[in-house]
Amino acid sequence: MFSQTRSKFLGYIFIIFIFYCTGCDSQKKKEIDLTELTYVPSGILGLPDLPVPKNNPQSADKVSLGAKLYSDKRFSLDGTVSCATCHNPEQAFVDKLKVSKGIKNFTGTRNAPTVLNAAYYKTQFWDGRRKDLEGQSKDPLLNPVEHGLSSHDDLIKIVKADPDYSARFKTVFGVDSDSIHIDHVALAIASFERTIISGNSPFDRYRFGKEEKALSESAIRGLALYMGKARCQDCHTIGETNAIFTDDKFHNLGVGFKRIQPKLEEILQKKAESKTGPTSDEEILTNLESSELGRFAVTGINEDLGAFKTPGLRNIALTSPYMHDGSLASLEQVIDLYDRGGETNPFLSSGIRPLGLTGQEKADLVSFLKSLTSPVLPKMPK
Amino acid sequence: MEEGKLSRKDFLRRTGGLLAASIVPMSLVEIACGGRGKGTHEKFTFAFISDPHLTHIKGTNFVRNFDSGLNKAIETVNLMFPRPDFVVFGGDLAQLGKREELDHGMELLSKLKVPVKYVIGEHDYYLDLGNYWQDKISKLNYSFDHKGVHFVVLNSILTYDTWIKRWKTPEERMNEMARLDNPNGSPFMVGDDQITWLKKDLENVKSGTPLVVLSHSPLYKIYKPWNFWTDDAETIQSILSRFDNVTVFHGHVHQVLYNQIKNISFYALMSTAWPWPYPESYTQSPNYIPKMTVFMNRQDPFHERDGTGWAFVNMDNAREEMHYKLWENKDRIVKYDDSAGHPVDSEYQKPESRILPQTHY
Repeated sequence: MFSQTRSKFLGYIFIIFIFYCTGCDSQKKKEIDLTELTYVPSGILGLPDLPVPKNNPQSADKVSLGAKLYSDKRFSLDGTVSCATCHNPEQAFVDKLKVSKGIKNFTGTRNAPTVLNAAYYKTQFWDGRRKDLEGQSKDPLLNPVEHGLSSHDDLIKIVKADPDYSARFKTVFGVDSDSIHIDHVALAIASFERTIISGNSPFDRYRFGKEEKALSESAIRGLALYMGKARCQDCHTIGETNAIFTDDKFHNLGVGFKRIQPKLEEILQKKAESKTGPTSDEEILTNLESSELGRFAVTGINEDLGAFKTPGLRNIALTSPYMHDGSLASLEQVIDLYDRGGETNPFLSSGIRPLGLTGQEKADLVSFLKSLTSPVLPKMPK
Repeated sequence: MEEGKLSRKDFLRRTGGLLAASIVPMSLVEIACGGRGKGTHEKFTFAFISDPHLTHIKGTNFVRNFDSGLNKAIETVNLMFPRPDFVVFGGDLAQLGKREELDHGMELLSKLKVPVKYVIGEHDYYLDLGNYWQDKISKLNYSFDHKGVHFVVLNSILTYDTWIKRWKTPEERMNEMARLDNPNGSPFMVGDDQITWLKKDLENVKSGTPLVVLSHSPLYKIYKPWNFWTDDAETIQSILSRFDNVTVFHGHVHQVLYNQIKNISFYALMSTAWPWPYPESYTQSPNYIPKMTVFMNRQDPFHERDGTGWAFVNMDNAREEMHYKLWENKDRIVKYDDSAGHPVDSEYQKPESRILPQTHY
């Protein structure tokens, strides 16, 4: 009897606590609507207009602040990791590792995607668990195998104590040091990332600039294969006037799926019984099995099992290794994977099937993919 | 700030039920029975897999695409939690009735972790007139009771003896029956022997008992040149007319199709192999496609599995709710609507809310 009353009492306290926290959270956190977009001409051959949230317009100061935040290693548990660690501006904004290394050399489960042209994606992360760049940047800070901060407050404390940051936040957002919020940080980083776009590759000059000599004979044959027999175009879409090389959808190619296939029943039954929500960011990067669930971790729809986002292909020659788990070292290996129709599994995307490519055709496709490299990549602002 | 992530509530809303159903390339049927409005029976779930048309090439080679459709169905049924009580197989396991095809199909289906109730299709039957099927797989017509529902399985793909005797070889007979728009074809029927059996089987079943009839061809007439048709359908319908509620599930047509004829609701099952077009666009012969059926949108041929898939039905107090789950496409829910007195698509019935025929490029 006593314990029942006591637990009820604790329950009330808990509920009050939740309401209190929700209250203060929503007071502190201004709801910023990022769904409404404005489209800014990119000015770069082959790139469509850049989608920019109306509530986070670009400005030079904001971009510069975002770049500084992006590179600041103090925003990690042991001071060794910044955004730039895994999305390295000197290496086409990737780390060239199979899976990324965070603090204390902890490794995650996923290959770091490049920031180059990430501004064009309709979702972020390999499983699309965040909708926009603003939402994306906050998660790695707290992930125990990435930046490892215990809360965003750890970062805010550093920012508030730094007069240069305080001045810049004041200029960009008009906020006093006391009012700096993690969302301001996210807005600035996203603005910076929206400048990391690149096009004007030999492919762009050939296709959209009508320069017939911009591509080699082999790359031209590769492009025809890409649009036809090799079936690349259906997901890595090339448009009529520009190309971002993605359908913004999620597909199961079977890569890494055998890691979970024998345990699927157990995993799904557990999921059905536990009735938990989407798999957490921490769980995805620390548990290999959870990572391989792919898009399912976000939607809970079985058709999404083992499905990962179609990445864009610009500068693909610079961003090895490939696939969500970095399991393929070269473009040749990627072509071989598609040629054999992916890795067989019950949830294999039904657009994936054996292609019967010849050696020459595979080489032509690789030539074409190499023509997607931009001559100059964006740099960090001074 | 936009979280870009499902809330736990959203997630549960989407996973609830779907974990029991949405994964399955077949129809899943949940029935709370006891006659319309009289929910006195135990609820239960069963599933459908239909029309895989496994096609033998030579040796141990089979057409990959059709194998992958059936395999996907089987694997996903096995991932349903809670498990369905049983699976109904809707017919056309084989393409040309070959033992290789039936054996291969049975080997794949043996991976199912729940019992299977078999319905025979014409592609399984016309090589050896169902001998191997009866030997190795199942009776051709039978009935059973499950948690208060009476199930009847009919072999609806029989035809006239004179037609059967017309062909020199079993292979010739099978090939003639496998063709569409075949001037040498012959219509399907249940036949007098089975009609006598059906009457006897139903003698002791009360009119208030929910009745589910499983057949391969539709037990009504849609389009004769493709045998979307059962010649003695009216006779069967009249035998079923005294029951308060009757639901017929049939294979063969490989498309979303539903109808209401008097007291009988009809629902077609998806194929795991390929979709048929609606015969409406074929003008050689009149068609009787149910006006209430909202057609499937055109599939994208890039995706082998688009246009194929599965469905599930909840029948709560004998009000059925058919969930068509379409791979690589939008799901459809068709519910029995009391005020309309027939099944109605819950989302797309109104012309203005239909899915565009082609949403790709």
